Amino acid sequence: MATATMEFEKPIYELERQIDELKKLAGEQSLNVTDEIAPLEKKLVELRTDIYRSLTPLQRVQVARSNKRPLTDDYLRLCFTDFIELHGDRAFREDAAIMGGWARLDGETVMVIGHERGRDTKENLRRNFGMAHPEGYRKALRLMKLAEKFHVPVITFIDTPGAWAGLGAEERGQSEAIARNLFEMSRLETPIIATVIGEGGSGGALALGVADRVNMLENSVYSVITVEGCAAILWKDGKSPEMREKAATALRITAPDLLELKVIDEIIPEPAGGAHADHATTAASVQETLVRQLDELRRLKPDKLVRRRREKFLRIGQYAE
Amino acid sequence: MAWFRKEKKPRQPRRERLEIPADVWEKCEACGHTDIREKFVRNFNVCPNCDYHRRIRASDYCGILLDDGTMEELELDIRSIDPLSFPEYPARLKKATANAGEGDALLAAAGMMESLPVNLGVMDFAFMGGSMGSVVGEKIGRLGQRSLERKHPLIVICASGGARMQEGVLSLMQMAKVSAVLAQLAERRIPYIAVLTNPTTGGVSASYAMLGDAILAEPGAVIGFAGPRVIKQTLGQDLPDGFQTAEFLLDHGMVDQVVHRRDLKHTLSQLLRHMSGKPSATGWTAS
Repeated sequence: MATATMEFEKPIYELERQIDELKKLAGEQSLNVTDEIAPLEKKLVELRTDIYRSLTPLQRVQVARSNKRPLTDDYLRLCFTDFIELHGDRAFREDAAIMGGWARLDGETVMVIGHERGRDTKENLRRNFGMAHPEGYRKALRLMKLAEKFHVPVITFIDTPGAWAGLGAEERGQSEAIARNLFEMSRLETPIIATVIGEGGSGGALALGVADRVNMLENSVYSVITVEGCAAILWKDGKSPEMREKAATALRITAPDLLELKVIDEIIPEPAGGAHADHATTAASVQETLVRQLDELRRLKPDKLVRRRREKFLRIGQYAE
Repeated sequence: MAWFRKEKKPRQPRRERLEIPADVWEKCEACGHTDIREKFVRNFNVCPNCDYHRRIRASDYCGILLDDGTMEELELDIRSIDPLSFPEYPARLKKATANAGEGDALLAAAGMMESLPVNLGVMDFAFMGGSMGSVVGEKIGRLGQRSLERKHPLIVICASGGARMQEGVLSLMQMAKVSAVLAQLAERRIPYIAVLTNPTTGGVSASYAMLGDAILAEPGAVIGFAGPRVIKQTLGQDLPDGFQTAEFLLDHGMVDQVVHRRDLKHTLSQLLRHMSGKPSATGWTAS
């Protein structure tokens, strides 16, 4: 589903191409075109800002799924140091759809766990597009318990279309694996910060998402079902852009929606043109947020931390009485 | 000649012919066995011929599981709203309420089970496919709270297609909410048992259905994370026979027992007595 080019970004590509051509021309004929390029680059920033300010929910889904966006692997490189990857669930096998290990954030040891969907086709296949089997969630839980044992905070990155639906996944207890994570995360005696960096798809996302702070990148989405699945079930049409847009709008899956519904705590802004336009700046914002939140959470005693986390999730829901 | 002639009397039927109106007959959905309804009902709505467990309503489970006259329904006033202004949701809610009652997709009750006080949540598939939204999550949450306060075991009978799409991510979060409540019960050593009936899939299966201190399933119930249709679609091939049935889960180590509806109450009560250090309800028994 990752889109190499997004229709609504065409004006941006067009302008970028013009600037590149001008630069090339200038290089060939050794002309000074700084005066011509400066306004074009200013225009590019404005264009990116304008387009990204008025994205529709379905366009945000496209952005969230883009394979150009920074992935867990990128954040590990850009926000952390000393990463040592840990593999396997100690029961069945290694699942590359979720990666994790020890790392340092601002010099302090943390456990980083995230869905990793891979940038190119080969990696996509190896990592099953970030759709984990039960062993992926069990590995994640193993690492979380390990972090708890050594009083180390857990940082998760959520980026998955959902948990894998297949024979082996069902046989080995996909439901149980996800449920166990929700259960254990709700009482893990160490700080947990979760950040949705791309697509937060249903139970497969929540299995890394029961946290003291839940963040969403500005253009990420978080949903109980994919827009395609929702449109297919309710309106018998999961393919047409109209029905997908209808579902994307109805489900309220964007970061501002979730903040309003009190499901997440904070939105991490993306640079003009989206996270994919500037990995370094995005990673810097993520890093700043994590460091700040961790500093707050470290002050709380484990039992108070757990109580607050629980109360936070117990409050979620809207009904009449 | 006349001595052996039989006097012709008008023929009297020995008794009134048993008139069975057509609508008391019921046909088993699974094997086609036809029997009078009373027989199905007396057999806990299980087919007397093939043991197919028919879908029953939440109130029927309360009748089967709780001791006569002990049931108290709880949280009667809590209602679903339309927090996302989701298309057609208010109309669907209205229809579901008209068809299945005001309790949403979960009936919350307290009562006695073989003289043991329990809190019981029963999902009702008749209400929007047993889908879990804010109300279902909140009702189970409150039942759990009640269990914590009174130290009474909690039982949830599951029957659900999953999270309620129309409440979006709020439904998803009910999975975390209920799991957090169950973690509290676990820490206080209060038993929780999940009973999985047909079907238990999606968000319900991936949260409280799989977190029981004991997990029981009704024979033949379809239980899984993804529905069979979805898996068939992703794989592009037919699924093996019996895939995702209660028996399949038993074979794969995911449930403790597959229990006939007739034995459900006693099995639950036995388990609860073991887990809460209470003596057996029937005193000492052999085996």
